[in-house]
This record gives sequence, C-alpha cells and structure tokens, in this order.
Amino acid sequence: MNILKFFTAGSVDDGKSTLIGRLLYDTDSILADQLEALQTSNRKNDDGSIDLAILTDGLRAEREQGITIDVAYKYFQTEKRKFIIADTPGHIQYTRNMVTGASTANLAIILIDARNGVVEQTIRHSYLVSLLGVSHVVICVNKMDMEDYSEEVFNNITEKYKSLLSSNLKLNDVTFIPVSALKGDNIVNLSENMPWYKGASLLDFLETVEVTGEQTSDYARMPVQWVIRPQTDELHDYRGYAGRVLSGTFKVNDKVTVLPSGSSSVIDKIEVFDKAPEEVSAGMSVTLHLKDNIDISRGDVLVNSGSLPQSSQLIEADLCWMDNKPMDDSITYLLQHNSKLTKCKVREILYKVNINTLEKEDTHEFKLNDIGRVVIKTADELAYDLYSENKANGSAILIDSRTNLTVGALMFRAVAD
Amino acid sequence: MSKYNLDYLDELEAEAIHILREVAGQFEKPALLFSGGKDSITLVRLAEKAFRPGKFPFPLVHIDTGHNFEETITYRDQMVDRLGEKLIVGYVQESIDEGKVIEQTGKNASRNALQTVTLLDTIAKHGFDACIGGARRDEEKARAKERIFSVRDEFGQWDPKRQRPELWNIYNGKIHKGENVRVFPISNWTELDVWNYIRREKMDLPSIYFAHKRDTITRNGQLMAASPFLNMDEADVVTNRMVRFRTVGDMSCTAAVESEADQIDDIIEEISASKISERGARLDDKVSEAAMEDRKKGGYF
Ligand SMILES: Nc1nc2c(ncn2[C@@H]2O[C@H](COP(=O)(O)OP(=O)(O)OP(=O)(O)O)[C@@H](O)[C@H]2O)c(=O)[nH]1
Ligand SMILES: [Mg+2]
Repeated sequence: MNILKFFTAGSVDDGKSTLIGRLLYDTDSILADQLEALQTSNRKNDDGSIDLAILTDGLRAEREQGITIDVAYKYFQTEKRKFIIADTPGHIQYTRNMVTGASTANLAIILIDARNGVVEQTIRHSYLVSLLGVSHVVICVNKMDMEDYSEEVFNNITEKYKSLLSSNLKLNDVTFIPVSALKGDNIVNLSENMPWYKGASLLDFLETVEVTGEQTSDYARMPVQWVIRPQTDELHDYRGYAGRVLSGTFKVNDKVTVLPSGSSSVIDKIEVFDKAPEEVSAGMSVTLHLKDNIDISRGDVLVNSGSLPQSSQLIEADLCWMDNKPMDDSITYLLQHNSKLTKCKVREILYKVNINTLEKEDTHEFKLNDIGRVVIKTADELAYDLYSENKANGSAILIDSRTNLTVGALMFRAVAD
Repeated sequence: MSKYNLDYLDELEAEAIHILREVAGQFEKPALLFSGGKDSITLVRLAEKAFRPGKFPFPLVHIDTGHNFEETITYRDQMVDRLGEKLIVGYVQESIDEGKVIEQTGKNASRNALQTVTLLDTIAKHGFDACIGGARRDEEKARAKERIFSVRDEFGQWDPKRQRPELWNIYNGKIHKGENVRVFPISNWTELDVWNYIRREKMDLPSIYFAHKRDTITRNGQLMAASPFLNMDEADVVTNRMVRFRTVGDMSCTAAVESEADQIDDIIEEISASKISERGARLDDKVSEAAMEDRKKGGYF
C-alpha cells in the first residue's frame, strides 16, 4: 500500500476544514471518543448539527474564531490507500502555513465557494501550487447546496478557472468536482442532488489517482547528514556517510563525486542498518562507504560522477517571502539547502508577481506573502539541481540570523551569471 | 522522494531516521526523551538504525514520576544495558522535595502535571538544546498542529500562533541561547503504524502492553490499575480483570482496556477494529477541550 499526501487550499471560509471533516466522517474514520467531543463542543452549525471543521481546527484560538490558523495533519486509510492530509489556512496572513502544508504534498485540493467564484486567494494559492510543482490538482466547487446544485454555476466557475491557466499559471492534471462539504454531496458518496455530474466522488478520485510526474530526476544525490565513526578497537577504520538518498540510485562500485570539493571515489559498501544491499534508491536513509579516505563532512553532497549537478554561487530562484519584516537586500541571511548551511544575500530582484493579474512587475521591495524571482549569491558554492528537475535538491530556505525565523522559500530555476 | 517504490513503513522509517540525523548534525547537546512507552521504544529502535555501529549522539532522558509501572522500569534498565547508552533520570520526587512543585491531593491526584517542572529543570541542568520525543500528530488535536522541529522559548513554552514555516524536508534548528527545540521524528505515524512497525521489527515491549490479569478499579468511566499511587477509598471496588494498556504513562493517569490480546497480531487486530482513540484512555486529556494545548504551552512534552 502506498501513501497519498494531499492538502486543502483556497480562500477563507471556502470550507476546507469542513471538507476534511466530512471526508473523515463519511469514511467512518472518526473514533467514538472524538465524535463525543465534537458533540459536546459548543461550536455547532446554525442548524445545531456538529461542526465538522473542529476536527482539524484543534487550537483554542481557531475554535473561538472559527478560522484555521495553522496546518493540521490528519491520517486515514481506506482499503485502497493510506492518506496524509494537511488542512491549511485560507487567510492571507497565514499563507506561510499553507506553503508548509503544500511543500510535502503530491496533490492539492483547491476549494472555491460556489457563491463567490474565483477570488484573489484562489489565484494566490493556485499560483503557489504551480510554483511548488504539486503534480495533481482537484478543484472542488463547494457550497453547491447554496446555489441550488446548479450545473450552470459550476460550469461558469470551471470556465473562469480554466481561462486563468496560461503560461503564467501552469498546472498539470486539473480535475473539477462540484461538492457540498456541509451536506456531503460528492465527497465520499455521489450526490443525488447533482445527477448532471458524471465524474467520480472526491474520495474515489483520491483513491485511484495515479501519482506520477513527480519532479524527480534519476540522478543519484545524497547529502551527507552525519559521519558515523565509532572509533572503537574493532571498528577503528569504520567511516560511514549517513544520509537520505534524494533521487536516483547508488550501487556498490559506482563512481561518485563529492561536492563542493570535487574529489571522487568509488562506493565500497552500502549499509542500511544491519543489511548490506548492493543498491539503494530515492527515499531511503542509508550509510555509504567509499574506497578512498577523503575529507567529507556534513553539508557535502555525494553524487554519481556521471551526472553532476549545477555548481555555483549565483542562482536565479523563485522566492516566497514569509516574514513580517520585509526582505532586506543589505543584510546577510542564512541559506539552508538540505544539510548545507551557508550565508547568502539577495543580489537582485528580477520581478514580483502581481497576484491578481499574474503579471510580472518591477519592484524594489519584497514583503510578507510576496512571490517573485530573485538572484541570490551564496558564500559557498552550492551543488544543486533545478527545482523543475529535482525538488529535493532544488529547494532551500532562508533564515534570518537575527531572529532565527524561516523567512523565505527558494526554488532554484537557473544558474545566474 | 515520492516515487512510490517504498512501502509506507519504509517511507515513515526513512523519514524518521533522516530527522534523527538532522538533530545529530544541527545541535550541540540533544537528548532523547524516553518514557518507557511504545513510541519512545520505537524511537530508540530508529536511533539504532540511524547511528549504529556508532554510539547515539545523545543520552536517553527519563522523567520519572515515581508512580511507575514496575514493568517499564525493568524494561528500561535492561534496554539501557543492552544498548550501552547513557541514561539520565530526572525525578519528580526531587522537584517535590525541593519544594518546586506541590503534590496534588484528592481523589484524582496525579503527578502528570508536575512532570513539566522536572522536565524543564532537567533540560536546564544539562543544557539540552534539542529534546527528541515520540509524540505523534494522530494522538491529539493540538499535536496535529505541531511542527516536527518545534521551538520552545526559555520557559519551555510552545506558541502555536507563531510556529515557523517548515518546508519540504528542511528543518530549521537555529535557536537563541536558552531556547530549545522539541523534535518529533514519528509525527506522521499513526498508532497502527507503530504497532505494525513493532511487529515487523520484532521488537520487545514491556509486558503491560499485552493482556494480563490485574486488580483494577473504575474511575470516571475508566479502568485504572489499583495501586498505592491512586487515592482509593471505600467507594472504589477492586476487581481482578484481564486487561492491557494501549499507552503507558504514569500509573495515576493511564487507563487500561479490557482485552484478551496477548500476542501482537491480536493487538493489531484489536486496534484496527477499535472505535476509541488511544488517548481516550488518558485522564489527563479529559480535563478540558484544550487540555493538551494548554499543557504544551506550559512546556509539556
Ligand atoms: N452551506 C454550506 N456551508 C458550508 C459548506 N462547507 C463549509 N460551509 C460553512 O462555511 C464556513 C467555513 O467553513 P470552514 O470549513 O471553517 O472554512 P475553511 O475554508 O476551513 O476556512 P479557513 O481555514 O479559516 O480558511 C462554516 O460555517 C461552514 O459550516 C457547504 O458545502 N455548504
Ligand atoms: Mg479551515
């Protein structure tokens, strides 16, 4: 059985949390004591029925205000699949928390309130989904119960949304489903109120969608997280490079290069705890041994010598700014790229994206929630791939060393000169 | 990373090992909080996978309420012997003796809440900058909101409204002096995942996880082990029952479930069919709707 990771997005009050609650409720995934807690809670719908949103809105402040502030993770399982859900906030102030939930997901569910249609926040989230390269998108037109389950309303919104897809907003594989999260139409069960809809229910779709097209090249990459050196009598010469394979496959006898130093060697042995497999591949946490004794420490990357990554100090990247303090191109930030930590400056802002028009605009400032293209300069050379080819080796975060907060998300797009 | 050639347990395991190694790489003085429960036993197993044949880059730390199931302490000591790793114990009794906390009184008295003070003192005394814990997001609604690297201020407090973004598999462990990070490598595991993993890895557990005969009383609708740590009176009727524990904490706040499951296969079957959540057996969560959130804000695990 495999895992599908998905998240909900869309504007405030479009019904994201309610939809997750409904999905869990109708698949019988809510346990009796949790259900009891819902029933005794004082947050109820207007008609007195239980408010399914509080299944994920777990914080006191969220329940008091009836909004989501931070991502909630939920887990459930059907006979076909295991699911990890991230229910993210719609409020613009908490966009960084939406990005947190989105960054590890394979599929996005973007909700649109049938009464309001596409709004600015729908576009912002869609744009972030396209930047992050989430491979699958489901648009749920929600609250269909408030629009008489009208096919016309649904079609108008679908058409409007499709017209936004352009070279500025690229999304692969978009599916549209009319739903009512509150009443349960087309969530787990197909709705009798919308006989005109011929597609699958949301759950059916989630259970069967084939997750392909992940942006991962087959080039072997492993950032070194930790060097295992027992230094005991019997393991005097033991020196294992521990890390998680980001992409591709490493085999015993493969020629590998260590970056940024550029020295190379051959894989002598591979260990996965008490086993010594001949090869390991993407996703696995492993320990590699090399034939030669070369200087390797945390922050270095082992790659297959036949497919070297980019290596440079100047990189063009998309940047999402996530801090209340605006970006300051006069100060030095810390950049964390896998296990590598280095200093970094923003050299140049190439443009900022206007979220309403998706046009590129010149700008001198980068504030909370701004998204655009910049050129960064790092203190050390980075060994990276382009995000479009290898998400894990093509992304990094910026840390403000005054506050230690994570202030920016970077997706590498090109080598800059 | 998301090419689905890994089985889901392999994927969860690889993620947890990655997180443990990040802790080793990013912090000066980490510690692994070991409670004797199945989740922290799983963490220890994952640490073996992450660092063997080397030593763990951190000690194990146990906050001992003094109200333990004997079986967990026996298990703990044998495990530490087998591992050859360092164990540090922080005693709630010491915090009481030093007058830092006051023992609760009354029928529902428990040392669970007092643990936080001992925990924070132990962190301060040893200067730990990261504490690895076995909390899972599926356990409780406030935990469902917490980051994998969760920053605590000087007073150990969690501020749920000011969590750092946590993107991709990049964990920001930068902190100011005095702060520390709580790290949860098995955040994305469910109770059932942990049991399936224990079965797959053929791990040993303290015997109280398996069905056994025990004297119990009923408190607030829950089955509690009769023990000197519970303030019992005439109204409490002691009955010998076949029970097991789904989660193991302090004796005064962990409830048993009636069960015949004495093999791991039976336990997995029982949990799969269960309609009650694991923490449904914890009195400490029932105090109010936001009991866990409030305890976390106060510095709890
Ligand atoms: N009539 C109707 N109301 C709905 C539907 N879905 C959600 N609602 C209501 O819309 C309101 C907001 O729902 P939430 O699920 O909290 O919205 P959200 O998108 O999670 O909001 P944020 O997380 O704060 O952005 C609640 O009052 C819901 O009961 C629906 O399908 N029909
Ligand atoms: Mg919500």
